[in-house]
Amino acid sequence: MENSLDPAPPLLEVRGISKSFGAVRALQEVDFTVRAGEIHALLGENGAGKSTLIKVVTGVFPRDAGVVRLGGEEVAPRSAKAAVQAGIATVYQEVNLLPNLSVAQNLFLDRQPMRFGVVREGEMRRRAKALLTEFGLDIDVAASLGDYSVAIQHVTAIARAVDLSARVLILDEPTASLDRHEVEILFRIMRQLAKRGIGIVFVSHFLDQVYEISDRITVLRNGRLVGEREIASLPRLELIQMMLGRELAETTNARAAAGEHKVREVCARFDNYGKAGYVAPFNLELRHGEVVGLAGLLGSGRTETARLVFGAERADGGQARVEGVPVRLQSPRDGVRHGFGYCPEERKTDGIVAELTVRENIVLALQAKRGLHRPLSRREQDEIARRYVKMLDIRPPDPERPVGLLSGGNQQKVLLARWLATSPRLLVLDEPTRGIDVGAHAEIIRLIRELCDDGLALLVISSELDEIVTYSDRVVVLRDRAHVEELSGEAIDVTNILAAIAADGAAMQEARA
Amino acid sequence: MKGLPPVLITAIVLVAGFAACALQFPNIASTRVVGNLLTDNAFLGIVATGMTFVIISGGIDLSVGSVIGFTTVFVALAIERWGMPPLVAFVAILVLSAAFGAAMGAIIHVFDLPPFIVTLAGMFLARGASFLLSTESVPITAPVYSTVSDFALHMPGGGRLTAIAIIMLVIVIGGILLLRLTRFGANVYALGGGRATASLMGVAVGKMTVKIYMLSSLLAGIAGIVFSFYTSAGYSLSAVGVELDSIAAVVIGGTLLTGGQGSVIGTFLGVLIQGMIQTYINFDGTLSSWWTKIATGILLFAFIALQQGLVALARRPVSNRAGAAP
Repeated sequence: MENSLDPAPPLLEVRGISKSFGAVRALQEVDFTVRAGEIHALLGENGAGKSTLIKVVTGVFPRDAGVVRLGGEEVAPRSAKAAVQAGIATVYQEVNLLPNLSVAQNLFLDRQPMRFGVVREGEMRRRAKALLTEFGLDIDVAASLGDYSVAIQHVTAIARAVDLSARVLILDEPTASLDRHEVEILFRIMRQLAKRGIGIVFVSHFLDQVYEISDRITVLRNGRLVGEREIASLPRLELIQMMLGRELAETTNARAAAGEHKVREVCARFDNYGKAGYVAPFNLELRHGEVVGLAGLLGSGRTETARLVFGAERADGGQARVEGVPVRLQSPRDGVRHGFGYCPEERKTDGIVAELTVRENIVLALQAKRGLHRPLSRREQDEIARRYVKMLDIRPPDPERPVGLLSGGNQQKVLLARWLATSPRLLVLDEPTRGIDVGAHAEIIRLIRELCDDGLALLVISSELDEIVTYSDRVVVLRDRAHVEELSGEAIDVTNILAAIAADGAAMQEARA
Repeated sequence: MKGLPPVLITAIVLVAGFAACALQFPNIASTRVVGNLLTDNAFLGIVATGMTFVIISGGIDLSVGSVIGFTTVFVALAIERWGMPPLVAFVAILVLSAAFGAAMGAIIHVFDLPPFIVTLAGMFLARGASFLLSTESVPITAPVYSTVSDFALHMPGGGRLTAIAIIMLVIVIGGILLLRLTRFGANVYALGGGRATASLMGVAVGKMTVKIYMLSSLLAGIAGIVFSFYTSAGYSLSAVGVELDSIAAVVIGGTLLTGGQGSVIGTFLGVLIQGMIQTYINFDGTLSSWWTKIATGILLFAFIALQQGLVALARRPVSNRAGAAP
């Protein structure tokens, strides 16, 4: 792509950018370079700082330190609008256009062709048509944008950004809601734009797509730059190690080491279960007294699998069985009715009710399961709350304290208690150790083990591979919204999980076809 | 921008309703009645035009009724007691009401407050201020008033198109052009589609908000002057509840209360529907005038239900509407 003897001057240079939110250092001395005409993938797991970097560069957040140069000149946009004027445009996953306006108005909002103070509607439509034709779209530009598919809205957003004379185009997860055919259209447009000398930043969780389209990759982790590489000379395994920051330390699988290989009763079974555009159909068996870990990169379909299993999302194919009996899981209510529990990843928004007390939070699911006409008496509530506060060692041991005042680890325990109070047969834990301190971390893991020994079936999602290796009886590895590998027993170790994540998806797809 | 289907329904309701009225009372179908209908609802048509802009932009303006009331009192006192020439009084009150609207718009934008609360405060403020000026009805005897009241274009069939009806029609047409053809109009729709997005796309959201509320208050001021011509008096209790009548007209006219879609022509039809109901009740003679409100209420419910249905339909994107060229 580029002549190394005569390096083209970089188009966008980001040097030594730092940004803190309170005590949290979201970005530390990050460098990032985009050359004219290249497609540059920006990668990193949750909390790596990708979004913060984009927002700092485009002026949405003010930066604490560092410089941004565009074409050799320093720029310091104070708003997204100023960034666009400077030549840096961003297209987000949720298209930032107005669905109630016509396609043409969206393309030319605030810069419509005018004559005598009147918008020249015909001229505007003609230009809109011509612009979209360049992008391979032949649509009625007078129709509302909201009438078109997400893919067309994306292309419209890109067309607008490019027409505003963008020199750097940042695409944040542009393919997340597109199907394969639409992704190809988008990629063709990206290549076309790169040829015109536009520098494209491509943020995506889909590694296959990254390898398909990118020239170069920059990886961030925990707010720091890990490295910048040419894609051609970067094996997948190495890329994933860069993203996850593993030195491949050998964590042993506690379960296998303990020699537990009993055949256990199946608690729930999912055959060919899936939903188009969400997770590819999978087979999954969850047994009593067993922990199944879901491993994979962010966006690989872990949470999606959990939501299907619980009934928070409806499957469009396949069969679920609970204790051998076919069941339909259409809503979380169904999940609860069949004895499932689900602790979601976003504790603060989807889980705890911060204003309610520990006691009220704990009895929430049990009360919901019983129905409103059979209220739990205050005595029963106190009794249940006391039992779980003691059992899970929730601190401070005060059932009447608002949950919002507890630490992250204790909030997690309250969530656990809520589901345990319903005596579930299957618990789904999504990132149970996220954002809690090291001590509480170990304690949650110990709890997971204990619960499991009591005969509960557990499905646990975690980004911490060491953690998954430690407590899982089996590990399901996901990549690009599909289950790609199942490891059990001695085969469970970080190296094997990484290898499964890194396996070349394209090659595997061909093999499957 | 396709405001057509709801507007079409409004038009059908109007035509069907008018036909039904004419069947029962053939005299209704005359230019005389239509002329009176336009005259009687001139102030409502003007203020509802401004309300249309506000509601399409995703806001609401509850202060317009009070601004009309204040305007009538101010104009009456300025001409009768303070000895101002009528034209000077008109200019003064229009400047004052435009500034009032601009201030509300600025507060809404700068402090990021809900328009409902800010204009509610504006409503109390303007009504209170008009009581401060005078609690009694002040008759206006200036010669210009009788001149304007006597002026009318004669329509075939004996109908009279009065000056205030003409003012209203001019403003409605101006509103249609402003909303349809200008950058300002496109930005009004953009704001209704999403303030944050519109701002990202380069619309000066703050300026627009100020201008939109300024327009609404300015039109309320004009409506107030028209109202004073209509009644030849200024009274602090006049036009109570007109803000709600105008919101009703806007909604019946097919504008979404959540903003982003609608049209001035629809609002005009909405005003005519309300006027038509009033006319029918006058002709009937036995019905209480409150039946106007009841009929309007029923129509409102019907239109809101209809809009919800249309919105639900619109939520499903037509994904295969267009393919990509090779």
